Amino acid sequence: MEIIESARPVYAILVSLLAVVLIGISGKYPNLREMWTMLASVLKFGLVVSMLPTILAGKVIEYHVTRVLPGLDIAFRVDSLGMVLALTASFLWIITSVYAIGYMRSMDEHAQTRFFMCFAIALSSAMGVAFSANVFTLFVFYEIITVSTFALVAHEETSEAIKGARKYLTYLLGTSIFFFLPAIFLTYNYAGTLDFASQGILSGKASYTIVSIIFVLYIAGIAKAGMMPFHSWLPSAMVAPTPVSALLHAVAVVKVGVFTVIRILLFVFGIDLLSKIGLGTYLAYFASFTIITASIMALKQDNLKLRLAYSTISQLSYIILAVALLTPSGITSSIMHITIHAFGKITLFFVAGAIYVTTHKKNVSELDGIGRQMPFTMAAFTIGSFSMIAVPPFGGFISKWYLIMGTFEANLIPILIVIVASTLLNAAYFLPIVYAAFFKQSKSGEVHGIKEAPVLMVVPILMTAAGVLILFFTSPLLLNLVKIAVAGALGGSY
Amino acid sequence: MIKHLPALLIVIPLLVAIITPIIGRLHWVLSWYAVTITTFISFVISLFLLQTVLVQGRISYWMSGWKPPFGIEYAVDYLNAYVLIIVSFMALAGAIYSRKNIEVEIEDENRKPLFYMIYLLFVTGLMGMVVTGDIFNIYVLLEIASLTGYALIALGKKRRALVAAYNYLVMGTVGATFFLLGIGYLYLMTGTLNIADLAARLPEFYQTKAVFTAFTFIVVGLSIKLAIFPFHFWLPNSYAHAPSTVSAVMAATGAKVAAYVLIRVMFTVFNPEFYLHVPFNIQYILLILAVAAILVGSIMALAQTDIKKMLAYSSVGQIGYIVLGISLMSVTGMMGSLIHLLNHALMKGALFFAVGAVVYRTGLTSIENLRGLGKKMPWTMAAFTIAALSMTGVPLTVGFVSKWYLAVASIESGMWWLVPIILLSSLLTAVYFWRILDSIWLKPAPGEESLEHGHNSHQTPVKSNDAPLTMLIPTFTVAMLCLVFGVFAYAPVSLVEKAAMILLK
Repeated sequence: MEIIESARPVYAILVSLLAVVLIGISGKYPNLREMWTMLASVLKFGLVVSMLPTILAGKVIEYHVTRVLPGLDIAFRVDSLGMVLALTASFLWIITSVYAIGYMRSMDEHAQTRFFMCFAIALSSAMGVAFSANVFTLFVFYEIITVSTFALVAHEETSEAIKGARKYLTYLLGTSIFFFLPAIFLTYNYAGTLDFASQGILSGKASYTIVSIIFVLYIAGIAKAGMMPFHSWLPSAMVAPTPVSALLHAVAVVKVGVFTVIRILLFVFGIDLLSKIGLGTYLAYFASFTIITASIMALKQDNLKLRLAYSTISQLSYIILAVALLTPSGITSSIMHITIHAFGKITLFFVAGAIYVTTHKKNVSELDGIGRQMPFTMAAFTIGSFSMIAVPPFGGFISKWYLIMGTFEANLIPILIVIVASTLLNAAYFLPIVYAAFFKQSKSGEVHGIKEAPVLMVVPILMTAAGVLILFFTSPLLLNLVKIAVAGALGGSY
Repeated sequence: MIKHLPALLIVIPLLVAIITPIIGRLHWVLSWYAVTITTFISFVISLFLLQTVLVQGRISYWMSGWKPPFGIEYAVDYLNAYVLIIVSFMALAGAIYSRKNIEVEIEDENRKPLFYMIYLLFVTGLMGMVVTGDIFNIYVLLEIASLTGYALIALGKKRRALVAAYNYLVMGTVGATFFLLGIGYLYLMTGTLNIADLAARLPEFYQTKAVFTAFTFIVVGLSIKLAIFPFHFWLPNSYAHAPSTVSAVMAATGAKVAAYVLIRVMFTVFNPEFYLHVPFNIQYILLILAVAAILVGSIMALAQTDIKKMLAYSSVGQIGYIVLGISLMSVTGMMGSLIHLLNHALMKGALFFAVGAVVYRTGLTSIENLRGLGKKMPWTMAAFTIAALSMTGVPLTVGFVSKWYLAVASIESGMWWLVPIILLSSLLTAVYFWRILDSIWLKPAPGEESLEHGHNSHQTPVKSNDAPLTMLIPTFTVAMLCLVFGVFAYAPVSLVEKAAMILLK
């Protein structure tokens, strides 16, 4: 594998950190301030895309920043897996920024400068996680995300928001200190290095018992992936303004979580080691439990954002389930679902925010007939829901297809039942909303005529909804990138 | 001249200490200048000494040219030079900082020059303990540092400072007496007081009860000075009621020097072979005390309502970390202890400095009182936040470096169970600092709760009224060093590694 030395990943991280300073300085001039956000998001996406051809050619970009201690380096390594997360997060940041400007101004929110500053920090660190070359660098950025998004969750500063934010911090910081960090200590102690390697670094270095302990510590420590029992921070985080829920709690934060799980499984343990011990199968069943339980809990939620949050928990575990199968199609599905779920779920959250801004309604039971008032928005919601359920021709179908192939390859038929059951549950908690929105009469009996959310919100909604469709038809493009990652993890045999 | 640096390090401040109260009679600020310049000179000398040690190895200076072991030897190797830099740097930062602090915390004009004289003597005593190669000399300088330390604490504004100083005086004297008795036994057996000479002669007496008694007396004496759990009772009140400059400098240097002496005695005067002859397992005793200190310190810190007292209890826990590394008796563990000397000095120094700045502006030290200060004193509170994050062990701060080495050393020594304890204490630290950060940044200031929150973008901006520059600069510099040595940890770590290798050869 050819390695190219370049500081471009560092620039991709720094560009939004620079924006943080500029946003902070120009807090008094909202238009100038928002221009920095837009400029940074476009530049960041540009920088990420500029690395794409190199990665597609099968090369890797590396950059060593500094050595903190022997064995602890701040270093970056751009490969195809990291590229998937970086592309998704940086592209959706552009769209979310537009939406956030519309949302924050319509709601006349306070402390908007702090809001956009923390947003930019969170995105910088998401890039940092995507491009990390070792567990230590990854951990550092993982923690920065937690701290910077804390301020976003607590944004409203009401007692409910602060309570939710405290829970958020306790779960994410607590698990990372108590489980993730010791896992790193142990990894370093046994492997003697923390650098990611495509076949893993622990193989042959420690007994199976030790490896299993480290494995459990990692899985428990990465609470951002939303696996039960450490999932309840995510519903609590829904007190945040909707752009935060959309980009961070459907894309950047939670995808960083599952990305970290994938990264650790494939690049610290390695597929061979995991299959030898059979840890993948345990994880797959564990994830299945989360998938089904979270779906059932989603059914019971009346608050739309909470229902979406539980759906996210369930969908995140799809990603973990898929990678835990440790087969080519499983891993493919896992990595693709990072992007595909991101587009679908961000659309759904955008819609929830648009409904709230226009009608101040938060609950599913109040949405009867809303499709007639907000046809574009609800059409987008329908597209997003179909993608979640995995109906063709929407993106979700592709990843589920690979997931089903993966279960056959792994010969785990019980998992197939889980997938079918959860698909039905998905339909059960999304379709009634779509049905009520378009076919039921508004309870108050009033007919409003068309009254959509502000343009700055509707356009992003339509763009991400279109993205869901486009992802289905252009899936080979994404697949090319994913294949390189899968081939690397499997030792080039895919 | 260069040759005499080790002696000048002590002689210059001693002489200046004499003239400080005299020139202070003209105006007390003159004594501030004298002390600041002197501590700066000491800091520069320390840097020179470090450089010399790095180039040519151990420096041995013979006082008045008398050959050791007959005369007093001043000996500087990696460890001494490293601790010297910590002490002299924090003394300098404290000296700069003290000017405005003294203005509000010592009101009597006549006492201010005296404060500076005592401060200088205190710092001299500490530096002397580090630089000398003679164990009786350590005792003498320890007494200088202790007596001046009691006086410094007694200068606190509240009457309770006197009680705290008295408590410390009683405990400190008991500790010093134990230490002196121990030295006496060693002298009895070997006929020498020179550390290098002691190290060479002691092994033949390792099995004797006298040497064993000497060791026990010395370790107990130092444990009291170091405030190792359960000898820590004098510490919280002393730090809490002393003037803020004194709390900062004492927390950053006093305990560090006591730890240095403990390490010197345990690993240079005695060597690891001695611990095989001890009838009990000294390693386990220290380990258990360390763990108890870490947990008790963190839990007690949680229960405090006064921020200075909270920081003091946190020091008890942090001293536990230092002892933990020592007790592992491995190179990595020793590195963890030694690096924590620097790291804790920086963190605790910055925290006490920041609190002193709050006292300067508001006059209060209750945690309740910190609400909404983030908007009023943004720079001071930023420094506080950095140091607080560092205390909890966030990566890329110095706190993480210490914890990394201690955790890795624990795993290396096969003591897995220490890792959850280290992490639990990090978590407790996070909790008690989080309460404070939460009120600093998220809560409205007292009296402003009535302001509507949420959807009003037209709040009246709070006027920033930060600490004066002579306070802010040292506070912020020390806080930034928490980040600098967190990211570029390799520089101090490589020095500490050499020191640890020599200690555990």
